[in-house]
Amino acid sequence: MSSSYLLAGVSPLGLGPADILLRDGVIAAIGTPGDLDAADAERIDGAGLVALPGLVDLHTHLREPGREDAETVASGTAAAATGGFTAVHAMANTDPVADTAGVVEQVYRLGEAAGYCQVRPVGAVTRGLAGEHLAELGAMADSSAAVRVFSDDGHCVADSLLMRRALEYVKAFDGVIAQHAQDPQLTVAAQMNEGVVSARLGLQGWPAVAEEAIIARDVLLTEHVGSRLHVCHVSTAGSVDIIRRAKSRGIDVTAEVTPHHLLLTDELVAGYDPVFKVNPPLRTEADVMALREGLADGTIDIVATDHAPHTGEDKDCEWAAAAFGMIGLPTALSVVTASMVETGLLDWAGVAERMSASPATIGRVTDQGRPVAEGEPGNIVLFDPAARSQVNPAHFPGVARNSPFRGMELPGRVVATFFRGTATLLDGELQW
Amino acid sequence: MRLASAGWIDGAVINAGDGTHEHPTQALLDAYTMRRHLRGGQGDLSGLRVAIVGDILHSRVARSNAWLLHTLGAEVTLVAPPTLIPVGAEAWPVKVNYDLDDVLPHVDAVMMLRVQAERMKADFFPSTREYSRRYGLDAARARLLPEKSIILHPGPMVRGMEIGDDIADSDRAVILEQVSNGVSVRMAVLYLLVGGAREGSGVVA
Repeated sequence: MSSSYLLAGVSPLGLGPADILLRDGVIAAIGTPGDLDAADAERIDGAGLVALPGLVDLHTHLREPGREDAETVASGTAAAATGGFTAVHAMANTDPVADTAGVVEQVYRLGEAAGYCQVRPVGAVTRGLAGEHLAELGAMADSSAAVRVFSDDGHCVADSLLMRRALEYVKAFDGVIAQHAQDPQLTVAAQMNEGVVSARLGLQGWPAVAEEAIIARDVLLTEHVGSRLHVCHVSTAGSVDIIRRAKSRGIDVTAEVTPHHLLLTDELVAGYDPVFKVNPPLRTEADVMALREGLADGTIDIVATDHAPHTGEDKDCEWAAAAFGMIGLPTALSVVTASMVETGLLDWAGVAERMSASPATIGRVTDQGRPVAEGEPGNIVLFDPAARSQVNPAHFPGVARNSPFRGMELPGRVVATFFRGTATLLDGELQW
Repeated sequence: MRLASAGWIDGAVINAGDGTHEHPTQALLDAYTMRRHLRGGQGDLSGLRVAIVGDILHSRVARSNAWLLHTLGAEVTLVAPPTLIPVGAEAWPVKVNYDLDDVLPHVDAVMMLRVQAERMKADFFPSTREYSRRYGLDAARARLLPEKSIILHPGPMVRGMEIGDDIADSDRAVILEQVSNGVSVRMAVLYLLVGGAREGSGVVA
């Protein structure tokens, strides 16, 4: 492993060729091609490659502790490096649940030991994700994991009073409640988006209103108590509309959309292949278009993967028995390129904002999502937007293969990822 | 469904009824039974009016019949309380009516579906008695049917709930015949798809 890299002729944010010198963990210098004195540095030929700040995922399931058969902190962060990420937020629905300082510190330390990227544990809002009593949010915030994002993801904090209390309580340490917006009563036994396709297939519907009603309640609670709300995996056109109106009222709400909700629709469920089973479910084409528009105009602040690894046993079975969730870290940037960049909705600066700067801001991650500029941390991804290839999950790190994009041809290739100045990925290969 | 499209096998896969999705052989035997009885057993189903009544939301029979009867030219009307009509059914080639009394005078065949007691517990309707009063086919309501129309039910019946005892056992009910026809139709399906030659199989029948 070299400690210095010269990224030669790369295009920072797609704005033109430059040389970037990474040394001692930081961006030591940026200059016009050929101008930098970097004889000792390993030279990376970056012609045609876009340089972006290392990507930050606000929504990752790493499964450790408890389901190491599906993913570990090491394998999940390796998948992150493969996708160009230098930070991930590890969701709390592990076993045991990340609802104490002890568990979040364990996950944090496992991330540091693996070294692929920064792991920011998310703390559970309620003890055991049971939705009944607040977890020790302050202890997790004060721990070495310095938790700022709290979520019962996988479950909705459905109780209005408990949600109010959580929103109020985290104000003391600049935390944010990341809500999985799903009215539980409206979605009992739900299997897929409720609409024309669910009617045809006879699968129990998950109606858009079950998401939208919770978001509407939560933005009003957030306004009332003057706190900060983040909405996980927004999936419907109606949700985009509610968030747009909340922002125009000045409510401190941010929102994310997953790559799969930017590209895939519920028509894919027709073959009953559980690789397309996810929560919230794949919606309609009209929803996909509204989500893209919302991401483009800033109503939706960020892309977050909801990377949800599962074993074959939990996924390769009949639809109703299969687990919800799909993996997304390795393909996120390609899917955003296909859905947002090649459609003209976002430029590379817009991608950098939505996949790096804004998620870092929401998660209060100080050393991530920084500009590509001298003196900034050496967190960089090099991406070849001209490449195209067929997605083959067999090439992903870890054991989970539940990618809904498998077999699809997607644009772009993550060529190299640098985390704190060290290459975690070079020429598409993990470095350890 | 997954097996049929997995590419693992080149044999035919026959759907014998899957969950709340489809039940194609039931629809075939229903269509066959209607053909035997209506238009003196001579014509096809085009233009015939069929009402399917009951728990459409959870019914694989209703789905398969809606597609098949429409394909065969019949006009299908679904009748149920709105809670038991799927959101999205507006895309089906059928009419929807919440008023059974409004529909019955204008049908050639009415197909009653079983309504399970669990649906009441989940508040799809307030009580079995209220369901029966509004959607049950009792003797008084059966008198609304045109003279030569027939009554079908895929079974098992919940007598006293969606269908009255005297109606289930009446002359215009073809329910037992549906059962008998089921044997013939399913034999035919097995013969054609499993025993018989298929296009492109390289075997001339």
